[in-house]
Amino acid sequence: MGYPHKPHPRETVVLSRYFGDPEAKTYKGWAKRGGYEAWQQAQTMAPAAITDVVKESGLRGRGGAGFPTGLKWSFMPKDKKKPHYLCVNADESEPGTFKDREIMRWTPHALLEGTAIAMRAIQAEVAYIYVRGEFTEPYAIMERALAEANAARAFGDLKIYLHRGAGAYICGEETALMNSIEGKRGNPRIKPPFPAAFGVFGMPTTINNVETLAAVPHIMKQGAAWYKAMALSNPKSTGTKLFSVCGHVQEPGNYEVTMGFPLKDLLYDLCGGMQPGRTLKACIPGGSSVPILNREESERCLLDYEGCVEQGTMLGSGGVIVFDDTADMVYQIMRLARFYAHESCAQCTQCREGTAWTTKIIERILAGQGKTSDLDLLLDLSENMTGKTICVLSDSCAAPVVSGIKKFRHEFEDYITGRKRTVLVA
Amino acid sequence: MSVGAHATPQAGTEEYLPVFTGKVLEQLHEILTRYPTKQAALLPALWLVQQQRGWISDRNMAETAEVLGLTPAYVKGVVTFYTMYHQHPVGDNFVQVCTTSPCNICGAEGVVKALLEHTGAKELGATSPDGKWTVIEVECLGACGFATPVLINDEFIEGVTSERVPELLRKYK
Repeated sequence: MGYPHKPHPRETVVLSRYFGDPEAKTYKGWAKRGGYEAWQQAQTMAPAAITDVVKESGLRGRGGAGFPTGLKWSFMPKDKKKPHYLCVNADESEPGTFKDREIMRWTPHALLEGTAIAMRAIQAEVAYIYVRGEFTEPYAIMERALAEANAARAFGDLKIYLHRGAGAYICGEETALMNSIEGKRGNPRIKPPFPAAFGVFGMPTTINNVETLAAVPHIMKQGAAWYKAMALSNPKSTGTKLFSVCGHVQEPGNYEVTMGFPLKDLLYDLCGGMQPGRTLKACIPGGSSVPILNREESERCLLDYEGCVEQGTMLGSGGVIVFDDTADMVYQIMRLARFYAHESCAQCTQCREGTAWTTKIIERILAGQGKTSDLDLLLDLSENMTGKTICVLSDSCAAPVVSGIKKFRHEFEDYITGRKRTVLVA
Repeated sequence: MSVGAHATPQAGTEEYLPVFTGKVLEQLHEILTRYPTKQAALLPALWLVQQQRGWISDRNMAETAEVLGLTPAYVKGVVTFYTMYHQHPVGDNFVQVCTTSPCNICGAEGVVKALLEHTGAKELGATSPDGKWTVIEVECLGACGFATPVLINDEFIEGVTSERVPELLRKYK
C-alpha cells in the first residue's frame, strides 16, 4: 500500500512511524520530531561506546546477510592510520524488496542521522551513499535532505556524498559497490581482504544497508535494552523489520513488525490475504535469492533469521513475494533465473554460464521440449553454482530453482510430459 | 537529472563539440572534490554526458577518458557494464518497464504490450518512427508492491496497468 496510510494495529512502527508525513522529510520537520537528538548524543560519546550500544542491541544487518552490526563496526582498526570510509548500500534491487526506497522517500534524515552516527563509531570522515540509478525520486529527496543538513552544518567536518548507480544489481554486493564507487565495473572482489582492512580506495571501510542505519538513531535514543526486548521468538533476532510484501495479496506494501512475527499473520491479517477465491501456493520470504516456501512451510514460518532457517529458507532482505494458486511456478522460476542471467557480472564461469543455461533449460521446458532428465540437469547445474564463485549471485539463482523443483516438481513434469500446454516465452 | 530524454544524433564526420566545457566542466570539478581519485568521478561524469547528449558516443567516451586520465577502452568497458548508459540514441521519451517475477504475476507483460502499441515503438528497444518513444523491459525497479512500476525518463510511476497506459502517455506527447 502506498503512503500515507494508517499502520495496522499489529505493526510496531519505529522506522515507518513518519512514512506518509511530508513534513518529516525536511530538516526542521525531522528535528521537530526528535530527529538529530541521537546524533547530538553520539557526538558526546567515544566511538567504542557507540559501537557497544549497537552491539548490545542485537541489531543485525538488514541488507540480507544478517551480520551483527556492532560486531562489523568493531572490525575497523582502532588506532587510525589511514582514512576510514563508510559506504551506505542504497542499491536496493533484490526482486521483492522495496523498503529502503520508502525509508529514503519519507525519512531521508533518519538515514543521514544513522550515517553520521555510524561514521563517528568507525571514525570515518567520508561516507558515500550509493543509490541505485533507477531511484530517481529517492535520489532527489536525499539530495535535498543532504543539502538542508549541510546548510545547517549538522555533521560538522564529516562529509556525506551521494553516488548514483547506473543499473547493475550486482553493485548491491558490498565489494562490487566499492568498485563501482571507484569508477570501475561492478565486479565483486575476492575476499579476504575484507572491507574493514581493504575497502573502498583500499582503505578501511564499513558498509551498511539503509534500513540498518535508519534503526541506529532509535537505538541510541531509546537504548539497547529497549531494542533488544523487541523479539517475539528468538533472542538473537531483535528489533523491528520492514517487510515489503508483493504479488498476490490484497494489500501489498511495507509492513513493520517485531522480529519473530508469524508470516501467516503478515499475509492473512495485515495484507488482507489472497484475492477472493484464491489460495496461497508459495511464498519467497526474503527476496528472490532465498529458497521458495510452499503453503504449509509459509504458514509455519516465523519472520526472524532463525525462524526462516528452520523452514529451510532465509530472512534475507525481507522482500516477501506471494504466489497464489493461479501462479505458474515454472514460468515464475524462469523469470527469476532470467533476472540472475541478466545481472551476472560474468566474472565467474559457473555464474556466467550457469545462470544462462538454467534460464534456457527452463525456457525449453516451458516450450514443451523438456526432457525428464532436464530436472536432474538443473539440479546438477545448481550444485555447481552454489558456493563456488566470488560472490553469491549464482547461489541466488540456484536457490529458487532447487527449492522450486523440490516443492513443485509436478508442475515441471506437467510441461515435460505434455499434460500442460506449452507457453510461448517472450 | 535526466536519464535519456532528447537524443541528439552525433555523426562521426561533424566537428566534435566537447561536453566538458563551461558549466558542465564546473560541475565535473565539483564532483572531483568528492573522491580521492579522478577515476572515481567516472560514473557521475558519464551521467553528465548522458544528460547533455542523450546518449554516450565513442567520441564522448574518448573525451571523458581524456578529462579523467583514463583510456577510451577502459571507459567503454565501464559504459557497457551499466545498463542505464545508452550506447545508441534513444527516443525523446525513454520508457523502462519492470517485468521481473513480482510484477510479472501482476500483469507487467500486458503493460509492455500496451506501451509498445500506444507509443508506436512496436518492438522492445526500438524507437517509434516519430522518434518520440523507446520502450524497454528492465529487471526489478524496486517497487514490487506497487506493480507495475514504469520509469518514463526520470519520472517513476507506480501501479501502471495496461488500461492506464493511453492516459499515462498523453502527458508526454
